[in-house]
Amino acid sequence: MSDSLEKYVGKLPMAIMKKLREETKDLKAAEARKVADNVLEQFLKNQAEPGEAVGIIAAQSIGEPGTQMTMRTFHYAGVAELAVPQGLPRLIEIVDLRREPKMPIMEIHLQDDIKSDEDKVISFAENMENVDMKELASIEEDFVNKRIIVVFNEKSLNEHGISLDDAVKKTEKEVRRKAKNKEGNQMMFEPGFSTLRSLRRFAARLNKIKLCGIDGIHKAVVLPEEDGSGWFIKTEGTNLKAVLEREGVLPSSVQSNNIREIEEVLGIEAARNAIIREAKMVLDDQGLKVNPRHVMLVADVMTYNGKTQSIGRQGVSGAKTSVFARAAFEETVKHLHNASIQGTKDELKGITENIIVGQPIPVGTGLVKLGMK
Amino acid sequence: MVESSIYLNGKLIGFHSKPKGLVENIRTKRRSGEMPAELNVAYYEDLDEVYINTDAGRARRPVVIVENGKPKLTPKHISDLKSGKMSWDELIQQGVVEFLDAEEEENAFIAIDEQSLTPEHTHMEAHPSLILGVVTSVSPFPNHNSAPRITMASAMLKQALGVYQSNFNVRMDTQSHIMHYTQKPISVTNHAKIIGVTRRPAGQNLVVAIMPYYGYNMEDAIILNKASIERGVGQTTFFRTYSAEERRYPGGQKDRFEYPNAEIQGFRGEDAYKFLGEDGIIVPEVVVKGGDVIIGKTSPPRFLEEVGELSMIEEKRRENSVTLRRGEHGTIDRVMLTEATTGNKLVKVKVRSQSVPEVGDKFATRHGQKGVVGMIVPQHDMPFTADGVVPDIIMNPHAVPSRMTVGHVLEIIGGKAASMTGGDVNATAFEPVTYEHMKEVLKEYGFRPSGKEVMYNGVTGERMEAEIFIGVTYYQKLKHLVANKIHARSRGPVQILTRQPTEGRAREGGLRFGEMERDTLIGHGASMLLLERLLKESDAVVELVCGKCGTIAVDDQIRKKQYCPVCESTDVWPVEMSYAFKLLLNEMKALNIEPKIVLEDKA
Repeated sequence: MSDSLEKYVGKLPMAIMKKLREETKDLKAAEARKVADNVLEQFLKNQAEPGEAVGIIAAQSIGEPGTQMTMRTFHYAGVAELAVPQGLPRLIEIVDLRREPKMPIMEIHLQDDIKSDEDKVISFAENMENVDMKELASIEEDFVNKRIIVVFNEKSLNEHGISLDDAVKKTEKEVRRKAKNKEGNQMMFEPGFSTLRSLRRFAARLNKIKLCGIDGIHKAVVLPEEDGSGWFIKTEGTNLKAVLEREGVLPSSVQSNNIREIEEVLGIEAARNAIIREAKMVLDDQGLKVNPRHVMLVADVMTYNGKTQSIGRQGVSGAKTSVFARAAFEETVKHLHNASIQGTKDELKGITENIIVGQPIPVGTGLVKLGMK
Repeated sequence: MVESSIYLNGKLIGFHSKPKGLVENIRTKRRSGEMPAELNVAYYEDLDEVYINTDAGRARRPVVIVENGKPKLTPKHISDLKSGKMSWDELIQQGVVEFLDAEEEENAFIAIDEQSLTPEHTHMEAHPSLILGVVTSVSPFPNHNSAPRITMASAMLKQALGVYQSNFNVRMDTQSHIMHYTQKPISVTNHAKIIGVTRRPAGQNLVVAIMPYYGYNMEDAIILNKASIERGVGQTTFFRTYSAEERRYPGGQKDRFEYPNAEIQGFRGEDAYKFLGEDGIIVPEVVVKGGDVIIGKTSPPRFLEEVGELSMIEEKRRENSVTLRRGEHGTIDRVMLTEATTGNKLVKVKVRSQSVPEVGDKFATRHGQKGVVGMIVPQHDMPFTADGVVPDIIMNPHAVPSRMTVGHVLEIIGGKAASMTGGDVNATAFEPVTYEHMKEVLKEYGFRPSGKEVMYNGVTGERMEAEIFIGVTYYQKLKHLVANKIHARSRGPVQILTRQPTEGRAREGGLRFGEMERDTLIGHGASMLLLERLLKESDAVVELVCGKCGTIAVDDQIRKKQYCPVCESTDVWPVEMSYAFKLLLNEMKALNIEPKIVLEDKA
């Protein structure tokens, strides 16, 4: 069956081959080949020609609609549950590869047995939320006796699923001190500081102890699944690694908008996909119709060497081989001086260099040359 | 109890326990004349602070005082004011009207008109149109127009050509325009009359037909009647003043206004100075054109050379005359000789030229309806009404609906009616609409109340199927004249440093082929076209490059020898490059970087 299309393997991409096989499975071998021939012809026709300035075209194709975006984005008033930067600011964030986005967000889908039960999902979400000590206990400073009294709120402890014992132990571990006078939900610290200032600082530290949840996740909201099959969790703050390790989470469905984090946890291919997904989401939100291949090219450029690179001086532009091209972009003197110290030779293979020097650029009609026999 | 702080002209002067009573007291005293009328007081409840201001520089505006929902201004006041029995100052003295500044306005509750008065109101506007600024209040029927168009109208009003000063003849402004035959607008606001724009107007009342004309008034263009231009529509005079100063230089030398001697450096030839008098200055009423010398001036040499005792090398003086701008022409209007603030002799020459409206000149109504002249049509080709009226201007109907300038339509109808009666139209904002009245007048004079008329095609003489909306509107000629903007270049001057074309119209410059334009050519892969734009038509040079060491070589034309100054090799090759690149190589050398060019055969 499949051998009728055997000769197309390698000429057509795997995805197209798969679709082709599916669509032609009811056809005779000769007919299937005819279809495949047409597909191949179309495929070749739609490929970029050698010497096509793909990068410039991608830049213009994203940049031109982007100008309209700037004007409409800034005063976006909506009833979104989390204020995610949208439009140009977010696009810049993606392309610049910020270590942490302005609003890191995760989407967590759960295993089937949990997700249909709203209460279970809610408690799951609450367990995930990173809660400060100050939300679970009241901390009183007794300046006269130079001590601090912590009173846990048992009700809130319960809500977040931690026992009093655990809370006390965790606190003691965090401050590396034994508490005294443990009575019911109360405990007391006598750190033995002489100054009030250090006592206050100690109290502030107590306030900030994270008693439960996953590090970095500040808020978790439960939302209904689009297909009505249950509920999922959206979080403010990301921690991909810890979330993936949690029991009950459907690991393949977890999404984060922190590209750097995805690269660290899941690798470069996932980072590339994340860039494409995030950038496309921005453009779609704005109602801009940009061919995804342009976005994919950007993502490819940002990831092709196995590590993510930002677009700009620190990344792609700074990694250009040509001294002239780098000098033309930013930090001119720095690049020229370093080149002279190292005795760099500019091969004049790129576009910018050749424009500077006054030669035809190696793109389009400038790529071909006439040779003598 | 905390007392509220009292500030006088921004300085803390004391505290008071009953701020509201204090403020109230001050106000009544001011109204009764016990305290100066220039004083303003405001109480900020949230801050619990009282601000009293008496200093200069606050913008203040008059409002009618209201008490218990009744304005203090009575019909008697108004009739007394009209008959002259009472003056404005007396109104203030009697506490009928007071001036508020920005701070006291915060405490006031001002009713927009008498109908909307409630017992809570403290003040009332003299007229609702006072919400508009000085410029906007001049535009007619603004309450019938959309806000963006009013903004544009207000901006363009300031660009309209008229008689800007009645002493324009003796002034020496660097640039000025004067319109011939200005008319005061038929549709006029009360504010315009008060401000005085009707006494020194900037525009003319023209007959406008709203219809297309063979596509020549697309995209807001307008059609002008040639006969109207010949009768004076849109005619202006443009004045430009040139000036020169006898500057002093270190070493006791100075510039000299004179009839340049043939000896001097850069002498333009006898013919160039034919208009100059003995003193080197041109005389009035001479017709001049671009490049002609107006003021003959010579300057001392740039660099003083050490002159030996016997040597006769005396550096020649430089020619430094003032010439008329390229592309301009005119008549010398006025010559003035005076002294600059530095004490040097100063000459100013004013040149006058008439600008007749031409295709590309910008015109606008006072409704933000601006457009450029698309064609000037001879009167016999213009459409005409049954009465034989030919419009001065044809405006495209597409300009109206999307801009929502209803005021414009009203002005056309009103202008038509008023030009029959010989009066004017009160177009003040928020005045009751006079459309019903306009209709009556139009009917009376045999026009249709709609303003539409049957018209005939001027070219074919056929009756047009549609009835055309025609009337009278005030048109302004704006200061953007094509004659002062038109610019093109094929060859021309280049910058000394980079040898690239100069920038700007005044320097006969090229049009920049910028980075984004460059990107488009790369995107098309048009490599050779890009090379032509960026190199061949800009700063291409052929430099000699040493084949051995890669430095720029020397072409010694006297010894007929081409060699490398570094390695003395004669293995040099011509290479085409941009002069800017050659300059970059030089600048890099100045940075202690030695760039080398490796030559290779063209593949």
